[in-house]
Amino acid sequence: MSTANPQALIMPADWRDFFALTKPGVMRLVIFTAVCGMLAAPGTIHPVLAFTAILCIAVGAGGAAALNQWWEADIDAVMKRTAQRPIPGGRMDRTSARDFGVALSGISVMTMGLAISWLAAGILAFSIFYYSYLYTVWLKPRTPQNIVIGGGAGAFPPLIGWIAVTGHITWMPVLLFLIIFMWTPPHFWALALFVQIDYSKAGIPMMPVVAGERSTRRQILAYAAILLPLSMTPWFIGGTGVVYGLSALLLSGMFLWLSIKVGLREGQPGDGMKPEKRLFAYSIFYLFILFAMLVVDRFATFYGLQA
Amino acid sequence: MTQPFDNSPLTTAETDALRARQRERNKVMGLILGFLVILFFAISIVKIAAKPEHAPAEGTERMEHS
Repeated sequence: MSTANPQALIMPADWRDFFALTKPGVMRLVIFTAVCGMLAAPGTIHPVLAFTAILCIAVGAGGAAALNQWWEADIDAVMKRTAQRPIPGGRMDRTSARDFGVALSGISVMTMGLAISWLAAGILAFSIFYYSYLYTVWLKPRTPQNIVIGGGAGAFPPLIGWIAVTGHITWMPVLLFLIIFMWTPPHFWALALFVQIDYSKAGIPMMPVVAGERSTRRQILAYAAILLPLSMTPWFIGGTGVVYGLSALLLSGMFLWLSIKVGLREGQPGDGMKPEKRLFAYSIFYLFILFAMLVVDRFATFYGLQA
Repeated sequence: MTQPFDNSPLTTAETDALRARQRERNKVMGLILGFLVILFFAISIVKIAAKPEHAPAEGTERMEHS
């Protein structure tokens, strides 16, 4: 259905398009890391409240995603990957997307505040503001470091999950935040190297487009090198046990090894970009397993299987 | 952004399609509201039964990092 079809203009948007507006694919990692942050946090939380907190984090992320698409409809329209999203696809008007995003954001923050705590609600509100305004409106069109800053938005869920349980901020949830923050650039730039994302056409300064492939490869390597000691810091400060510590060493070591292969090579046209694809695939596996090991470590300590 | 409405009357097929979509949306909205009613009821019960904030519940050990 296109905007040229007059029927499309009077038809109210399909509920499935509202659902698509929340970026359900992204939400999977949001929910997973939030649950891990919760399970790894010291303390207990009633299952109903735990469910509510996760739901609020997910709905808040959905609201931010809807606001992002409301703002970026023009940019999405010129990129192949995003041209069929509800607004550029002509299946929804922008106002509906904006109202939907505002409603989801408001409801999730209020519910978090009333059911869990106003600290968790405040951070959730800030994370929505961070993604839908600081990132989407302000920084994304202005700097090739946009992915670095955007990574912050994805780094909030485990932090909020943890704080929902403990009720206060300590070093551990901040470290979880920093790990995802440092993980995002190499993860995304690996993708940007092998998928010729048409960001340049949309006027978005993506790193490989602006700074060139070579500089992007070096930066991937730099972030992976920082990630290795950073991911082990929870163990160093005594926040986790040896189960997590050694897992982080192995997982981040592998991450660094794959990044070295990407970072020190020159891409040739038609070489298939295998190392980049491998790094991207591994980066997703890495984050899932690292956070899972955080939870495993917690239970290992709780049941006396480690000091 | 919003296009001017075409005020010509809808055909029967168009009206049916419109009504069908409205019905679907209403159904989903109803399910969500019903779910929220249950969720808020559950939250209320849990909060009323809970001890003061952040105190460990009875019979559960508090897990603390060393």
